[in-house]
Amino acid sequence: MQTIDLATTPLRELNTALQAQAAQTNQTEWQILNPKGAHAIAVGLDAPIEVTVRGHTGYYCGGMNKQATIRVAGSAGPGVAENMMSGTVVIEGDASQYAGATGNGGLLVIKGNASSRCGISMKGIDIVVHGNIGHMSAFMAQSGNLVVLGDAGDALGDSLYEARLFVRGTVKSLGSDCVEKEMRPEHLDLLRDLLDRAGADARPEEFRRYGSARKLYHFNVDHAAAY
Amino acid sequence: MCGIVGLFLKNDSMRPRLGEMLTDMLITMTDRGPDSAGIAIYGEGDQLKITVQSDSPQTGFAGLDADLAAALDGPVTMRVIDTHAVLTLPDGTEAQARAFLLDRGLRVMGTGHSMEIFKEVGLPRDVARRFGLRAMSGSHGIGHTRMATESAVTTLGAHPFSTGTDQCLVHNGSLSNHNRMRRVLADKGFAPLTANDTEVAACYLSSRLAEGADLGQALEGTLQDLDGFFTFVVGTRTGFGVVRDPIACKPATMAETDDYVAFGSEYRALADLPGIEAARVWEPEPATVYFWER
Amino acid sequence: MDRPTPPSTAQTLPRNSHTWSPETNAEIRRAAETGIYDIRGGGAKRKLPHFDDLLFLGASMSRYPLEGYRETCDTSVLLGTRFAKKPIRLKIPVTIAGMSFGALSGPAKEALGRGATLAGTSTTTGDGGMTDEERGHSDQLVYQYLPSRYGMNPDDLRRADAIEIVVGQGAKPGGGGMLLGQKITERVARMRNLPQGIDQRSACRHPDWTGPDDLEIKILELREITGWEKPIYIKIGGARPYYDTALAVKAGADVVVLDGMQGGTAATQDVFIENVGQPTLACIRPAVQALQDLGMHRKVQLVVSGGIRNGADVAKALALGADAVAIGTAALIALGENDPKWGAEYAAMGTTADAYDDWHEGRDPAGITTQDPVLMARFDPLEGARRLRNYLAVLTLECQTIARACGKSHVHNLEPEDLCALTIEAAAMAGVPLAGTDWIPGRTGL
Repeated sequence: MQTIDLATTPLRELNTALQAQAAQTNQTEWQILNPKGAHAIAVGLDAPIEVTVRGHTGYYCGGMNKQATIRVAGSAGPGVAENMMSGTVVIEGDASQYAGATGNGGLLVIKGNASSRCGISMKGIDIVVHGNIGHMSAFMAQSGNLVVLGDAGDALGDSLYEARLFVRGTVKSLGSDCVEKEMRPEHLDLLRDLLDRAGADARPEEFRRYGSARKLYHFNVDHAAAY
Repeated sequence: MCGIVGLFLKNDSMRPRLGEMLTDMLITMTDRGPDSAGIAIYGEGDQLKITVQSDSPQTGFAGLDADLAAALDGPVTMRVIDTHAVLTLPDGTEAQARAFLLDRGLRVMGTGHSMEIFKEVGLPRDVARRFGLRAMSGSHGIGHTRMATESAVTTLGAHPFSTGTDQCLVHNGSLSNHNRMRRVLADKGFAPLTANDTEVAACYLSSRLAEGADLGQALEGTLQDLDGFFTFVVGTRTGFGVVRDPIACKPATMAETDDYVAFGSEYRALADLPGIEAARVWEPEPATVYFWER
Repeated sequence: MDRPTPPSTAQTLPRNSHTWSPETNAEIRRAAETGIYDIRGGGAKRKLPHFDDLLFLGASMSRYPLEGYRETCDTSVLLGTRFAKKPIRLKIPVTIAGMSFGALSGPAKEALGRGATLAGTSTTTGDGGMTDEERGHSDQLVYQYLPSRYGMNPDDLRRADAIEIVVGQGAKPGGGGMLLGQKITERVARMRNLPQGIDQRSACRHPDWTGPDDLEIKILELREITGWEKPIYIKIGGARPYYDTALAVKAGADVVVLDGMQGGTAATQDVFIENVGQPTLACIRPAVQALQDLGMHRKVQLVVSGGIRNGADVAKALALGADAVAIGTAALIALGENDPKWGAEYAAMGTTADAYDDWHEGRDPAGITTQDPVLMARFDPLEGARRLRNYLAVLTLECQTIARACGKSHVHNLEPEDLCALTIEAAAMAGVPLAGTDWIPGRTGL
């Protein structure tokens, strides 16, 4: 286990060391101490290493991650795992706004609550939130899956494209062009797998599925109020 | 565009440490606002106080207490702290004193029975050192680091803005209808003195409080009447409030323990508070008013 | 318009209203018929005060010119010297502005890359990601970081030479893009992760930051991902150039790209293009003033775009304080866009060469702003590259001609005092005296 203490090591050194790890590294386990809300921790990684951050992180922790498994033993600030390509990011506490924004792939697990705009413009990432999510989550979400064990805030899935949203609790309100959809067997299978991978104690049958009504895909003056 | 910090103590035994905690929080937010910094601190005292600022304090404050006492025909004390002076006045003399001070070319930072305001151009660390913020005690306080958007980088353009007795407001964001609102407020007798959009919000709250609204109602009103992006943190003599606009893009983090309620634009600002590990940490909801009264 | 022969008797002629012109009335009828605003490409078409309204004074007795063919006039530009380990080095003060694959065809992007590389300058990606064609053919490639983040990924970020964070563009400051379904082909849709054939609306704000205080943190992240090597540009539309430039600098930009309202777009509402933003001419001085007030002029470089057409425009932008200019529309025209040789096809679409702006419809006869394989095949990227290289060379030679005439051994030594204005409007906007006077409206007394 390699340990880097951010109280004594500059961020640049930390990220340089983590980014230098190759696919065939033997230094696969890293822990980061004293993050104290610092920004851009463990960004741009591209190796199958395991990084544990002991404490709370600031903006963009795990940004653009590829391959790595990053665990935050604390809460994460805005834009955690933004634009992630692959790998896994796990937040033990809560996540601030824009969690998993524009993510292309990989799995983001938030054990606590996620704030507003969770999964905004997501492009293929899978996000599993054990708690609740805030308003405008999955805004303009393009593809991927957002699973919420708790409740969703206002305007869920506004201007949604092809992302799939699964919510176990209540939805305060649905955004423009987002509708509840039938839960078919393939969705239950997908959900079971995601819950399993996210270590979530829930049954797929407890969830409702939401998706795009696809009414905003082509301009129509009769839908002008929704634009 | 800025960093905000705020601390409202529930545990009175922490009062001697208020300045120290707020100063650390403020300095942590330097990246968000390197242009100027300011703090409003609510301490002890029943007497009316005016905080004034002078760019040349040596001449500006020379003999000020005696001259003001003569003008008001009552006792006046003065405490000079760097470019600021805190004057205590007899009750009921605020308007007269304000006119006298403005006439002497001094800038009024704020008035209050418990509130004192200190703000200057420069890095938060330097501003805090100049005013000795670390040594100040009190029940609650609000601080701000500013990255100026449109209005000038000046002392008067720094936050907090105080437009009513014991009232202050700090802001992160950018209002989009403040020029129109400025004219409405001027007609009501609450004309902002600077071109800063935040002062418009402060004047708006003062006007609503003067009309009889409580702090919660006044904050609710911002959601109807002010447009744009904002997170406001406000202080009154006994209260501490927070509101975010309905879109709520600007960051805001809050923490509450048995000892305090804390606000920070980022978690970093809260990271060193005592007992933060066990605090309830959350983000204020959009278009939702939060306030605490003692 | 053909006027009817006046009748012999006393009778008034039919008279069109300036307010209710035939174009205005036609647009009302079109809106009533379709229920959708007019979407088009390009920049503002209305008449605006522009570089044409400025003249250089030249040298004579009090200043001495340089010899055109013997005495050097340097045109090199270094962009990104503030923080980046590897600044961009341009041989000429003209770069290619961001234009997306999707809006343009793959071969058109390839031609831009080849032509710019031959001329010693950089090209820029657009909303839709980086293609191998343009990366492979561009010696120096600027990767745009846009609100939509279509195609954004760390590998392309690392293989870019600079990163341009797009906050706004001159054609639509405050707005997102509109790319209609006809152009969202299988490949475009895949790169953007969208269903094929849908009308695509791009976001107007970035999804994970708002405002300069958050942008500073975003820049930190991008620098950390790319090892602090690459210059970070911030592109702003001509909205509030003084404040926006100052805030870009405070947020940590290496380069500010300032796009005036004549700057083009692939597709946006006409009402937006024609009514929001400021002319390029009016944007430059406030931006330069902001840099000077912060002590950052020439330290944070300024790239100006929006309506640059010839070497005189380049020289004038530099004289007003820019470090370089960027061209988009002019580069497309150099490649062959709107060429009169396709006149019959333009006529069939109800337009003419030089007026065609429905780039979003994907039916470009020149094969440039299209994804239609048949139309694309009309465009030869090697021929396009040669034409672009020639055009860039002419822009540079023209700019040098003027700079030498003003006695400058480097084009960056052109200054506002080398200029005068033909109109009061241009004098006020550019902050240079009205010709024959020492009057700068708004700055000096009458």
